Amino acid sequence: MTVEQAVFLFTSFLILFSGFMMVTRQNLVHAALYLVVALFGVAVIFVLLEAGFLAVVQVLVYIGAIAILMIFAVMLTRGDVSQEQEPVNANFGWALLLAALFCFGLIVLIGQWPAIDSQAPALDPEADTVLDLGAALVSPDAYVIPFEVASVLLLAALIGALVVARPQKKNPRSAK
Amino acid sequence: MIPLSWYLVLAAALFSLGLYGVLARKNAIAILMGVELMLNAVNVNLVAFWRYLTPDSVSGQAFAVMVFAVAAAEVAVGLALVISIYRRRKTVAADEINLMKW
Repeated sequence: MTVEQAVFLFTSFLILFSGFMMVTRQNLVHAALYLVVALFGVAVIFVLLEAGFLAVVQVLVYIGAIAILMIFAVMLTRGDVSQEQEPVNANFGWALLLAALFCFGLIVLIGQWPAIDSQAPALDPEADTVLDLGAALVSPDAYVIPFEVASVLLLAALIGALVVARPQKKNPRSAK
Repeated sequence: MIPLSWYLVLAAALFSLGLYGVLARKNAIAILMGVELMLNAVNVNLVAFWRYLTPDSVSGQAFAVMVFAVAAAEVAVGLALVISIYRRRKTVAADEINLMKW
């Protein structure tokens, strides 16, 4: 077993363990902290796959923004189901069955695929994948349209989130 | 070297954990956390396929960047909805938000 394989096995164990803890913890703050651990493990997986830029973006966007937003939302909505009730709904057995079947089916499908044990081809040491990615994202021949659509989507989501979460003004005409 | 199948099995297990979280949890924020796990599993798959099958093209990484953007938009709108619902109904339990249930 090489060092890379040991790092991969340790990281994937960490990811799956914290993912499992995340979906089973009753306390949502603990669940959010386990989510941070799982996201950090995925960033390590990106480093193993030699996608350093994505690893940095993972830490910045997922851990720095999304997980912190989750924790804020948990703290703003304290005091009802998060503490005292059962964390799972009545269909929990079906959910468990479906998730287990889905995982089993995916692994069986993966096992039947012929190219499954292919090794990673060596990256060209001269090539700069970050430079290529940046050029492709703004190149008209590649991904400039999806890039612009993603920007518009983020702007729309920003405005939409502000409108939805804004406190309601008291409307005297509709007061009951 | 790590075979491609290890990454795919990891992503499949992570996706199933997220699926379980989405289907079984009661709290709407926990459901959004499950969605994040599923999106991360997809990203692991995209980057692994990029690295093992098409390392010369950037499409795998470009798709992963798009998934990041969509995940950020999704979580912002989702949490805004959760906070808005909490303000009006004092609950974030998904099975008590049943105003539009037939």
